[in-house]
Amino acid sequence: MEVFERADLAAAVVTAGGQHGNDPHNALQVCLQLQQQFSCVPADAVPMLAHQLHTTTGHITSLVSFYSFLSETPRGLYDLYISDSISDHMQGSRQLLHRLCLALGVRPGEPRLDGRVTVSPTYCTGLCDQGPAGLVNGHPLTRLDDSRIDTISRLIENAVPLDQWPRELFTVEHRIYRRDLLLGTPLERGDALRSIADQTPEEVLRELAASGLNGRGGARFPTALKWRMCREASSETRYVVCNADEGEPGTFKDRVLLADYADDVIEGMTVCARVIGAREGFIYLRGEYAWLRPHLEWVLQRRRGNDLLGDAILGDSNWQFDISIHMGAGAYICGEESALIESLEGKRGTPRNRPPYPVTAGYLQQPTVVNNVETLFSAAHIAARGSAWFGTSGAGGTKLHSVSGHCERPGIYEFPVGCSVGEVVTAAGGDGAIAVQVAGAAGELLLAEEFQRCIDLNTLKTSGSFIIFGPDHDLFTTTANFTRFFAHETCGFCAPCRTGTQLARSVVDRMAAGRAFGRDREAIDRLIDVTPALSHCGLGGTAMNPLRDLRDKCPQRYQALFSEDDTSVLHFDLEQELSEIKTLTGEIPEAEQ
Amino acid sequence: MTDTITIDDHQVPFEAGQTIMEAARAAGLYIEHLCYNPAYQPHGSCKLCSVKVDGVIQTACTMPAIAGQKVESDSPEMKSRRKTLVEMIFAEGNHYCAFCIKSGSCDLQALAYHLDMHENSFNHRYPVRVIDASHPDLILDHDRCIFCGLCIRASRDQDHKNVFTMAGRGKATRLAVNSETGKLGDSTIAADDAAAHVCPVGAIMPRRGAYSTPIGERYFDARGIDEIDNASGKL
Repeated sequence: MEVFERADLAAAVVTAGGQHGNDPHNALQVCLQLQQQFSCVPADAVPMLAHQLHTTTGHITSLVSFYSFLSETPRGLYDLYISDSISDHMQGSRQLLHRLCLALGVRPGEPRLDGRVTVSPTYCTGLCDQGPAGLVNGHPLTRLDDSRIDTISRLIENAVPLDQWPRELFTVEHRIYRRDLLLGTPLERGDALRSIADQTPEEVLRELAASGLNGRGGARFPTALKWRMCREASSETRYVVCNADEGEPGTFKDRVLLADYADDVIEGMTVCARVIGAREGFIYLRGEYAWLRPHLEWVLQRRRGNDLLGDAILGDSNWQFDISIHMGAGAYICGEESALIESLEGKRGTPRNRPPYPVTAGYLQQPTVVNNVETLFSAAHIAARGSAWFGTSGAGGTKLHSVSGHCERPGIYEFPVGCSVGEVVTAAGGDGAIAVQVAGAAGELLLAEEFQRCIDLNTLKTSGSFIIFGPDHDLFTTTANFTRFFAHETCGFCAPCRTGTQLARSVVDRMAAGRAFGRDREAIDRLIDVTPALSHCGLGGTAMNPLRDLRDKCPQRYQALFSEDDTSVLHFDLEQELSEIKTLTGEIPEAEQ
Repeated sequence: MTDTITIDDHQVPFEAGQTIMEAARAAGLYIEHLCYNPAYQPHGSCKLCSVKVDGVIQTACTMPAIAGQKVESDSPEMKSRRKTLVEMIFAEGNHYCAFCIKSGSCDLQALAYHLDMHENSFNHRYPVRVIDASHPDLILDHDRCIFCGLCIRASRDQDHKNVFTMAGRGKATRLAVNSETGKLGDSTIAADDAAAHVCPVGAIMPRRGAYSTPIGERYFDARGIDEIDNASGKL
């Protein structure tokens, strides 16, 4: 194990702290900087960080132990994650992970003794349209196959620096297969700002309300109402936050927007700032998209130079607004807006008690609008072109769908709100699909006979994740993957979600091993009732959807997962009892995650 | 004339600023809870006080009382969910009531009896957790911790010492100690701090005197948690 010199740590802590104003609200950002430098946040640095940031050791520990992309022990020169999100899983990500681990002589999640490398499974990296995918030191790895895995292991064994790795390993393509209102008619930079420059905030709000735009992150809260509530909350200081933490398995539309349409998204934030009276905004960028940060910083800087951001927007010194980027660190829960705000404040991402809502008491308890990337992108277009234009494609405009899974053309599809599931399947070349998961793990499984259902406001909400399952797919694989995902991502704050997701995971593991019994069936029924009903936020509220859908929609497959009752073995699971010793002796590999 | 809310069949008056839990307690109505303690800010994490407020499930400890609310608390549906939740909490940690020194004065155990939980239908997880015995006057037994955060609040808001914090995530959630070593013995906590006595289960226990009150004579041995809570005898 690598031992760090205290002097090096102290210098790094002073530098990183200083770059972030030694502000405890930036503790997460400072920890991330150390993680990058040392491939961990070393234990010896924890008291130093606490001192430097005027906080407690417990605060630092609470962060390092919460966020997946922070670690207490060094991950090594090469820090690899291979996505096991369902669409990657369907393309053989598990076999690739094991091939890589075997070649490198490591176990998943465990650093190699020489400090060279750690390979861990992770959930969605937002590259489902070009998976199996992964990350190395924060850089995206796409279209992994046996040959690429072998190349990667050779590069690592030879300690080849990342900048000398073949470029094609890192190629990310942004494929848009269907353009409609938004993607089909590009905005000129500054269009939206110029068109609202002479309008009152009230006029902008009226137009936005008339457009019917609602939250594209999936919750569908009316955007104009959110902005209005924030504007009318009494305070001197207000904030705009762009929620770029798309973590729902199977969604990658925000990645494409941030990569190819960053100006429009930032313009949407600037419009919002003008309406609510904010001078400061944040882009909360998910850790998996750290590779997009330099591009976003460049766009922000260019806009400052063009008077589209900063001290005098469009030359008007009364219009001031600037944006900084805050990184997430591997926590799905931070997509929930109040958890995101906690994370922005440098804390663990646990959802707050509500009321009060962020629009009245958000970042630093000030009124705050948190909007999804696509919402802000759409708002910019509406501000530039008016509500009638947005409404021409039917009520509520259009929605982007991230399509992945078993289809010929995985990528981005912009469809009018209200299109049918089948239309999207057909457009993507998903012939013979037996089912689609709409809205990701938190969404709903739709069987082929439900493909006529419309993706609209009331009956089928979606964040935009659309995963197609072909005729040979075992839907239990999806149920198990999603159930394990929730067990991994639950924040642990509330009892029903923390305990319910673990219990569900343990049943799913036993189902997979053919050791689930009648007693487990009753347990699942109770978990499906209690966990969503009593949980603190939407994570627990949806964590049982995968099991519920399998039980209710695929009863035959579900029943087959239970073995004949045998009361003599109900309370004693031999494999389970022996798993610890077998792991220690190397007889079975370390359980993943 | 004061404003009222309806809790099950009871008309309950409340004062401005009160939560549903506070109004219920003032009226002598018991709503099950673990992480709530009237001396501290509500936490809203155990979810046992979940009630239906005009049909929407909310935690009574955090939800402000608003005139005219119809609150459903004691219905078979909500009772059954609370019982399941208590089973889930038992399955998560290591709760050996039969030989726990907190037996008879433990809120979790008393709640289980109150909700007629006589066995656990969920498989226990039996997590491996390590006892912190570094403090001369206190024991921190993580096996029994239910992550209610009461010690965190007591230490921060009453003792002004900020000894505890929550760390980890999901199933790895753990109570952490604010000291350079992470050990309780190296923290500033003292035996007579509020945080040393607020634990509703047996996670933070004073050393010595564990059996000064014999089993059978402890406060939940004679009366149910609902009666004691109503009389505010314990809290």
